[in-house]
Amino acid sequence: MMKFRFRRQGTDPQREKIKQELFAFNKTVEHGFPHQPSALAYDPKLQFMAIGTKSGAIKIYGAPGVEFTGLHKDTTAVTQIHFLSGQGRLLSLLDDNTIHLWELVGGNPKEVGGVRREGVVSLQEVNSYNLPGRPGIESCSATRVTVLLLLKSCDLLCIGTEGGGAYFLEVPRLSLKDNQTLLQDEISQSLPDEYRCGKALGPVESLQEHPQQAGKILIGYSRGLVVLWDLSTRHADQLFLGKQQLESLVWERSGNLFVSSHNDGGYSVWAVTSDQSCNPLPVSSTIPYGPFPCKAINKILWRTTQSGSPLLLYSGGMPRATYGDRHCLTIQQDKDHITLDFTSRVIDFFTVHSVEQEKEFDDPSALVVLLEEELVVIDLQTPGWPSLPTPYLAPLHSSAITCSCHISNVPPKLWERLINAGKAQQGRQHAHRVGGSLHEDGTVRFWDASGVALTPLYKLSTANVFHTDCDPSDSQDLNDDPDMQQEEEWPPFKKVGCFDPYSDDPRLGIQKISLCKYSNKLVVAGTAGQVIVFGLSDERSDHLLDVSVMDLLQDREGFTWKGHDRLDLRLKPPPFPPGFQPLVLVQCMPPASVTAVALHAEWNLIAFGTSHGFGLFDYHRRNAVLARCTLHPNDSLAMEGPLSRVKSLKKSLRQSFRRIRKSRVSGKKRAISTPTSKVQEANAALAEHEDVAPVQRRIEPRSADDSLSGVVRCLCFADTFLRDGTHHGPTLWAGTNSGSVYAYALEVPGAGSGRMCERGGVNEAGMCVEAVLGKEIQLMHRAPVVSISVLDGQGKPLPDPYEASQDLASAPDMTNAHSVLIASEEQLKVFSLPKVSAKTKFKLTAHEGCRVRKVALVIFSSATQEDYNEHTLVCLTNLGDMHLFNMPGLRPQVRYDCIRKEDISGIASCVFTKTGQGFYLVSPSEYERFSLSAKVITEPLCSVLLDRLLDCKPTNSSAVKKYKLHTSLPRLSEDRERTSGSTM
Amino acid sequence: MSRPQSRIGIKLHQHVIEVKSKFEAEYRRFALKRNSHGGFQEFYHLLQSLHLIPGVEVLLGYADIHGDLLPINNDDNFHKAVSSANPLLRIIITKKEDEPEVFGTNSLQRRKKGLGLTGLRTATIGSTHSRHKPSLLIGQPQDFRQISSIIDVDILPESHRRVRLHKHGTHKPLGFYIRDGVSVRVTPQGVEKVPGVFISRLVRGGLAETTGLLGVNDEILEVNGIDVVGKSLDQVTDMMVANSHNLIVTVKPSNQRNNVTHRVTKSSGSVGSAGSSGSARDSPSPAAQSNPITASNSIAEGDSEDEEDDCDLIMENDSLLTHQVINSNLRDSHDLRPLPQSISLPNSMAASMISNHNGNSEESLREDGNIISL
Repeated sequence: MMKFRFRRQGTDPQREKIKQELFAFNKTVEHGFPHQPSALAYDPKLQFMAIGTKSGAIKIYGAPGVEFTGLHKDTTAVTQIHFLSGQGRLLSLLDDNTIHLWELVGGNPKEVGGVRREGVVSLQEVNSYNLPGRPGIESCSATRVTVLLLLKSCDLLCIGTEGGGAYFLEVPRLSLKDNQTLLQDEISQSLPDEYRCGKALGPVESLQEHPQQAGKILIGYSRGLVVLWDLSTRHADQLFLGKQQLESLVWERSGNLFVSSHNDGGYSVWAVTSDQSCNPLPVSSTIPYGPFPCKAINKILWRTTQSGSPLLLYSGGMPRATYGDRHCLTIQQDKDHITLDFTSRVIDFFTVHSVEQEKEFDDPSALVVLLEEELVVIDLQTPGWPSLPTPYLAPLHSSAITCSCHISNVPPKLWERLINAGKAQQGRQHAHRVGGSLHEDGTVRFWDASGVALTPLYKLSTANVFHTDCDPSDSQDLNDDPDMQQEEEWPPFKKVGCFDPYSDDPRLGIQKISLCKYSNKLVVAGTAGQVIVFGLSDERSDHLLDVSVMDLLQDREGFTWKGHDRLDLRLKPPPFPPGFQPLVLVQCMPPASVTAVALHAEWNLIAFGTSHGFGLFDYHRRNAVLARCTLHPNDSLAMEGPLSRVKSLKKSLRQSFRRIRKSRVSGKKRAISTPTSKVQEANAALAEHEDVAPVQRRIEPRSADDSLSGVVRCLCFADTFLRDGTHHGPTLWAGTNSGSVYAYALEVPGAGSGRMCERGGVNEAGMCVEAVLGKEIQLMHRAPVVSISVLDGQGKPLPDPYEASQDLASAPDMTNAHSVLIASEEQLKVFSLPKVSAKTKFKLTAHEGCRVRKVALVIFSSATQEDYNEHTLVCLTNLGDMHLFNMPGLRPQVRYDCIRKEDISGIASCVFTKTGQGFYLVSPSEYERFSLSAKVITEPLCSVLLDRLLDCKPTNSSAVKKYKLHTSLPRLSEDRERTSGSTM
Repeated sequence: MSRPQSRIGIKLHQHVIEVKSKFEAEYRRFALKRNSHGGFQEFYHLLQSLHLIPGVEVLLGYADIHGDLLPINNDDNFHKAVSSANPLLRIIITKKEDEPEVFGTNSLQRRKKGLGLTGLRTATIGSTHSRHKPSLLIGQPQDFRQISSIIDVDILPESHRRVRLHKHGTHKPLGFYIRDGVSVRVTPQGVEKVPGVFISRLVRGGLAETTGLLGVNDEILEVNGIDVVGKSLDQVTDMMVANSHNLIVTVKPSNQRNNVTHRVTKSSGSVGSAGSSGSARDSPSPAAQSNPITASNSIAEGDSEDEEDDCDLIMENDSLLTHQVINSNLRDSHDLRPLPQSISLPNSMAASMISNHNGNSEESLREDGNIISL
């Protein structure tokens, strides 16, 4: 009986069809740097690079925009990847000792949302192999794979194991060649007795194929022995009796020399001469960072150059005591010696060099180093070995991302100026367009989010305005670290990379951002209550920054702020470089973190809110218009600041009292029963145990004096009807954590009356902006207000400032009554204006048991009908699912599972674009891009031209495709953002 | 409960009604034309002038045929008062500061007794200084507010119980905790264990405990009509909190012995179950008096409650709405309408706010308690 109250509308087939044309959920592409990379591989023929991660993902990167992703069935770390050069296949070794063969497979054309898409090449697993344990050997670790070597011919895979055996697999069938297997005993027999001395050779540490003579491989054992093994004759050509524990081997191009690196931090060069079969001593042996004990050299590369001396590259080997904790890679050639000092662990590295057999030298052109947190590319052809900016895999998280926002349809002019400003920053990090990510170190980075690869455009640092403990100029430039001065000549460290997890001052962290793309005004608000208005300028400038302080407490008494101080200004800020330059700084008092910000560039107003209240500031006339305290009188917690420990103290006090009480009870019992301490203990334990009840949830309505009730959650400017139904004018809306909404009518000189005023004419110089409280709404359910937006007479959201006045968007309908959408954590509700009465609502929490986390008004275009679109409310809940509602009826349309509900940071980081795409952080370093629209999708649609005959997957058609050796650029599906952006 | 009576009043059609008004110790008697009387404001001014108390802020009340003292503070209840006079309309005028809240709609029996004894004066037995103890006389609404009800008995399986908890206005916590657990279901395939949500604890003195309708280990099946199967504990928690103003939980009590068996109310023959006494306020035996209005079934009731719990408080600024201020000054600043039973505003709040749109229709009357302008 109750149920039919909540029964949904019956399904209307026509509506269902429209829905299908409008909505489709796809996770399209991941932007940023793979989280926890664990393996690296390079295919010089196809110029593909593959990165494996600890979660079992494999990502292949080609030209910018070409990306393929594969995910192993098990989330086991990928320990090694090997390309079958030129074939578009790769082998991966997982931590669970399985070997997998992956293939780029061409897909069939498919229909998505009624639109035909051409076949997409995707990465698919086609085969896997698990090395069986050897009968007779109990220890399963004996067959644990330590190294893989794929022969150049790509038909044989050599496997080195923990037990010291070498196995051989046929590729791509992945079948074991039993007769080829080489066990350690076979080698030991031919060893001189004094070397053998009864000890095992240890696991196989390295397998390297002879660069010139096919069928010969070097096998290096952990104990130090290196064997040159002839596969065809199954005979050890030569033995190299190394004494030091082996880490890695590398051939010199000619095959006359090879180099071994060892765990004492040294490397040895061995000559391969055919006259002797047993070679006890290396040609030379060096410990570069000796003489004190050094850490192992994990990997070494030896590259010959045309210019003469070979280039030596190795990771590790640092003096254990002094620099043992550094993550280093050394490049050495003749007297040139540089120790690249990274901020995170070196996973693997390779050089890009000529591989053609005809060439005499390697002539490496670049070094690619995969670090735990970023990818660094070093130019090996330019003296000084500078680092190169990468076109993708930019570390989004070089400082922790605190907030992100997406701006679509960026006017080309702003775009261009941003790029220019970004270019001026060359040499450092540079950042790009549509996405803006905000960082803990006080920088705003602009990224081009129009394509598959998120490329940096421009980076804006707010730190230079403030005086921090370390000189801000240092913190700006990551290349000259203060450490530099202490460092001696040796080792010649060079800081490389931009991953910098340590913020100089947490107060610099940026919390909110708002950009007006037409007037190029940017508002950035941070952790210490700072709100900065920026203007874009192409010239260097040394103007003075206007500073105002606004007290949001409004003389409320009885509160003391125990949090951090506000940021001090630099007395003499350096001249501001071209780009966004700060114009006005407003500092909130108390300096709590800014929780909401709004910008209306047409009215020259900014609004900002903290946990104490909100303020309105006219940045054109440089005066504060309004400050309003939203604190509830009982709310003392808000005053404690972020470092407060009051709550935990209260809790721990309560617990300790409880414990005392418990022990008293047990004490009494002791007096009656056996007075042994053991009983007391048992009782106490029992009492403790009772405390640990199963998970319980208290059912209580939200009350007015919940902590932090005054936090301002959202702010919004709108030109609408607040006073009466006939006169519209500027308004400001603010919503708080306790379900209060404040609406102010603004008196903006020039605005509302024909919108004549652009930047405030001379005749209005004396006039000030005024704000009068119009309405106060207290939502009965007191849930935090997540978003407020005003809808015009047609139920469409109002256009952005300037959009209507500059004819960039259709003017809002001012003839019919407006309404306001207030989305709280529990309900979505549309109220009519000016008389605020509820029109429609949807009680999401009451129905679904989930809470609203993010909402956005999105315009969905039909995939088939050219000019059909609908305004839709997209709502992300705490369970990570997306609910779509039509506007203004608030009828549920579709629901998609999007983010795991445990992924709290993912849900918190989600942003929506205006056309139905979105981003969220899948890891600290990666944005997942998703699309809710059937039409607007940005995803990689790549094709690869290979010289292999592609065995189509048996499920596919039997048509065989011929590919040429080439990597093509990605084709983007229709990306409206991009196209309309460039027509403006 | 006065609605059916007012209908009777309409039938007893007369042209003139007799009015007897009392202010302190003074009486005035006069007549009103039944058809040509004006609105409440007019009547208010008339009484002020008759009693020679212009400018004194007063409250008006009238005695209906049951002897209930009911307030007159808007056009609607004024018309009701006039129409219910047969033929005498007794008006009691009190100074506003004397007795702020003597009216109530819920205390049919008790008020009858009290009023009957004292001839409409609000004194109880043995009260010499009665005037300043209004709470003793009729009693504040919260003294006899309905806090819970068992509803939909006729449509639920006997082993289930649907309980409505009324939270509005009370300061008592709901006072219960829920936990995850395992529920045993009997299916054609045999006994099946499925996860369920259970009440884990009742807070002493909380609303849930005082009703006696919920108990520890009761399995929660539905929250306000939504099945909780497949929902996590957190989801169920959120659903309950979101509905806390009007929480309806369907439980399978762990103790099945106290289950309500079907009541006799089927004899009433009305569509809805009279046992679900939403609008029958708290008359002790609502089931017995099934009249067409109170026998609204629980769905309609739920919806109206829906409206109520949703009514957000909207305050408007005077300076923006000057025309309304004049209007509202004339009105008594005390909110004397019969508040919807489930809503009570703190006195201080009521005093500082004036009803914005005093009910023009039955619909908005329900909302009146919540939409308030400054």
